Amino acid sequence: MIAILKRELHSYFTSPVGYIFVAIFLAVGGFFFTNYTVQQGENASVSGYFAIMMLLFILIIPLLTMKLVSEERKMKTDQLILTAPVTLFDIVFAKYLAALVLFGGTFLVSSILYYIPLALYGTPNAAVYMGNVFAVLLMGSAFIAIGVFISSTTENQFIAAFGTIAAIIFLELVDRLNTFINSAFLRAIVAGISFSSRYANFSAGVFDYAALLYYISFTGVFLFLAIRVFEKRRYN
Amino acid sequence: MIKIEHLTKKYGDRYALDDISFGVRPGEVVGFLGPNGAGKSTTMNILTGYLSSTSGKAMIDGMDILEHPLAVKKKIGFLPEQPPLYPEMTVWEYLSFIYDLKKCTLPKKGHLDEICDVIKIADVKNRMIRNLSKGYRQRTGIAGAIVGNPEVVIFDEPTNGLDPKQIVDIRNLIAELGKNHTVILSTHILSEVKTICDRIIIINEGKIIADEKTENIENVIRRNRRISVRVDGPSASVLAALKKINGVRYAKVAASYSDGTASYLIEGDDGLDLRRPVFFALAGGGWPILSMEYLGASIEDLFITVVDDEGAAVPDKAV
Repeated sequence: MIAILKRELHSYFTSPVGYIFVAIFLAVGGFFFTNYTVQQGENASVSGYFAIMMLLFILIIPLLTMKLVSEERKMKTDQLILTAPVTLFDIVFAKYLAALVLFGGTFLVSSILYYIPLALYGTPNAAVYMGNVFAVLLMGSAFIAIGVFISSTTENQFIAAFGTIAAIIFLELVDRLNTFINSAFLRAIVAGISFSSRYANFSAGVFDYAALLYYISFTGVFLFLAIRVFEKRRYN
Repeated sequence: MIKIEHLTKKYGDRYALDDISFGVRPGEVVGFLGPNGAGKSTTMNILTGYLSSTSGKAMIDGMDILEHPLAVKKKIGFLPEQPPLYPEMTVWEYLSFIYDLKKCTLPKKGHLDEICDVIKIADVKNRMIRNLSKGYRQRTGIAGAIVGNPEVVIFDEPTNGLDPKQIVDIRNLIAELGKNHTVILSTHILSEVKTICDRIIIINEGKIIADEKTENIENVIRRNRRISVRVDGPSASVLAALKKINGVRYAKVAASYSDGTASYLIEGDDGLDLRRPVFFALAGGGWPILSMEYLGASIEDLFITVVDDEGAAVPDKAV
């Protein structure tokens, strides 16, 4: 598993993908962080910045996940890893972990660095800040799992990318449909699926176990589905 | 070492493999021969755990690939039809990735250096795979297959698409590997298996049609010949006379012509040359033979179509 994780991380930085990801992440993140906190003076709040980061997922998570599995199928290198003495779980989890390490690493490092000026020149609420960081990480993890799953269903990394973009947009914005839905039952389902509504407690600095469980099971389910896709292909 | 029992693989309604069984002893070099689509790659992919069979068993060292996938995969080195290379890695990074992936225990640097020397890729080991020529890529694929010194190595068309000099090099390499590994390789080139393999298994349309030691394969090719003969005479009596000949397995009218003559297809028992008995039988009835042609066996047809050296394929002969 570690071999695959290392290879995936290595491949992010031997292709432009890793650099593009880090560049977009830091550029957009840095701009909005400055805009929402430093330039706001007394009304400054970090939640706006984190909300923007979640919208940024639509662009950057597919960048990380689109070729994780699809490229192996296209280049037939899946024949190497599937005939090596590693389990399907190891393969899928290593790929998920590679994307999570790059995303989580960039995000954590930037979050810690951004906190320093806040602490020096203001009085940030540490609980709110940490809650937000935690929530963004959890959401990122769930979206990466979806990305890995979608990438495992196709040989074409652009299809994988567009599929993942669509899935993330849907999950983030689905609760906005609720104003147009009359049936209370459907509204409950939509609210149940929605990623954004679960984020609210974290961003208020409250640790929400239900949301934690939701994000983690979401990740687990999609990694499991990706493993099933590998298994099914073997029988076709 | 390797045991395949009643292996069947279906894609939808089509049989890619139809109940094949064979065994390979330790240290043996076995060649799979057959046209494209015969089931060679499918067999290899099942044996290496890449595909699952519809029914039947594939065992290595007494262990079923489905029951002990990790233990079995540790014993196998596999070079698929298209070498599974990561273009953005250098040769050394690639081999070292496979080393880690297979959780090898041999001293890493020494082992990989030795492989690079044996496969003759030491001079390109720090180059990116994307920049290598096809010959070097193929070598890198072979090198990857033998990382960790597996007991069994499986090569799917290892010389495919190489130039003649590279083909000779790779063949020598495989012959060298065969000295201390169990090797299965597939090809559609007859001369290739003849030069490297101890044993040849011929597969066509998902079935094994011959499984012989290399020195006996010529006999297999020669046996079971068919002849086509055009005769001037009443077809019912001619057919009856042909069927009466000793050793004729079947005879049938292949075509009738407007001048009252007809062509017949006759197949005899293994190894029997039917031309003389057919002549005497027809002469006895007073029916002139207008032409007689030796068709060869179905195996030979197969060879003519696909197996002639270096791809000089001849279109299938109509029978």
